Amino acid sequence: MSIENMYNPNLEFFVDMQRCIGCKACEMACAECETNGHESMIHVNYVDRATTIQTTVQVCMHCEDPVCANVCPADAISKDEFGIVHTANTERCIGCSNCVQACPFGVPKKVEEYDLMMKCTMCYDRTSIGKKPMCATVCPSGALFFGTREEIAEMRPNSTPVNTFIFGEEIVNTKVNIMMPKGSNELRIY
Amino acid sequence: MVTILRTLNGKALLVAFAVTALLLALIFYGSRDLQNFDAALITYLFGTIFALFGVTYRYTVWIQRPPTWMYFKRGFQLFFNGRILYHFGFFLKKSVVNIGLQKFVYPRGKYRWLAHFLIAFGCMTAFAITLPLTFGWIHFTLAPGGIDIYEAHFFGFTVFNFKLGSLIAFMTFHALNWSSYMVIFGSLYFLRKRLTQPGLIATQNFESDLLPLILLIIISVTGLGLTYSYQFMKGFAFDFLAVLHAISVIIFLIWIPFGKFFHIIQRPAQIGAHIYREEGIKQGMAVCPHTGNQFDTQMHVNDLKEVTKELGFNFDKPDGTSHLDLSPEGKRSLLAKAHLEARLKGGNLFG
Repeated sequence: MSIENMYNPNLEFFVDMQRCIGCKACEMACAECETNGHESMIHVNYVDRATTIQTTVQVCMHCEDPVCANVCPADAISKDEFGIVHTANTERCIGCSNCVQACPFGVPKKVEEYDLMMKCTMCYDRTSIGKKPMCATVCPSGALFFGTREEIAEMRPNSTPVNTFIFGEEIVNTKVNIMMPKGSNELRIY
Repeated sequence: MVTILRTLNGKALLVAFAVTALLLALIFYGSRDLQNFDAALITYLFGTIFALFGVTYRYTVWIQRPPTWMYFKRGFQLFFNGRILYHFGFFLKKSVVNIGLQKFVYPRGKYRWLAHFLIAFGCMTAFAITLPLTFGWIHFTLAPGGIDIYEAHFFGFTVFNFKLGSLIAFMTFHALNWSSYMVIFGSLYFLRKRLTQPGLIATQNFESDLLPLILLIIISVTGLGLTYSYQFMKGFAFDFLAVLHAISVIIFLIWIPFGKFFHIIQRPAQIGAHIYREEGIKQGMAVCPHTGNQFDTQMHVNDLKEVTKELGFNFDKPDGTSHLDLSPEGKRSLLAKAHLEARLKGGNLFG
């Protein structure tokens, strides 16, 4: 069976940062991803450790018009027909960090010793055959969920998935959703 | 047809024609008005000329893209900023370490590095031997007055000689065979990796990832086959192997501008990125307003603001600063803060 037949477009990624408890189970699971070469790509950070214990979790949002791919001087980042923005092509990436600094979500990582950018590919080895990304299978608090819109609507009746983000003058639409108060249609960062 | 012509890049066409014309002139003069040109290699010559035209065209189109042009422009500005000798030394050092030895591959696995090094070294030596031969720049003759000394000539000038039957002669005459073995071993390693690793199987495709390896193996095996055919098999299937070898080499050459092999041409840009980074550090680092830590060179942040705008992205904030002033960690934190604020406004943290 070809990959095209096995990828399930009805399954989507839903992130709810306020549910993140900072356990880092997702980090460990992410390192099991075959497409990452067993490097953990997910980000778990304290937001402002001096004043709050709040942690935040960030996967690649797989933008509709990915800034990372646009600013790449080596044409190393591509988006496929399923909307997955792939990690840098190893033979092309020149390790310039344009994508690392231009991504509005702060996702790509520059691995200095490889002189290479790496990032989350939504566990393409798994999602391309109908499985869930590693992080979403282990998250104990529901901060990361991979499933259908119907499932998330049933689980979170008071929330709405949003995939439009406003960074100053820029509106960014993504494949990955963030769970927001019911009725929201965007998340304004500024 | 008209549509195709309209999509062509004028500047790139001009540069490609100029570079190709320069090569033709060098072939003419380097082969001493074609008297040293080997007509048996004419098909390879056409393949090489096409490859050069295509590579130059694609390279010129590529460097015109805003982010690439920014690096290209800055690279030249920084290289010639008064410390040319230092930068030249830096460039040479990085060329040996990054392009010659591909040191950055080693941390990803020593066998991976070895396999890549074998392919790269095999290909580079094969290019270094076959291209000057095809252009008629190198040719061999017997030294006058004897039948046991062979002389190598470059651009018509005698550069070295060796005794027939000596170790140097053996190594020189079989140089392409050593290249072939290197390429075969390296390619088999990567082919095995690509056929067995789930991560690679999920993301690769045949024409971009498997075909180049198969092509390298065909070129090397048929090349070796030519030697074995005339040395050990009384010329068995020599013509067939010669044609197969020529076809595979020409496919390889004309495909360089379009496929995976273009990275051979593109890769030296990595050295430019290193010079850019090093010079940027000297000019000053950017500090993230959220984390309070240095995260990148200020030159890079400023250049990215310009490049993103040129590409149609505007991350300017109402207060006159930019989202790009933040480090990646700062960006993630501000997103989480905005989300928390929205949740608090919604009256329920978890919904």
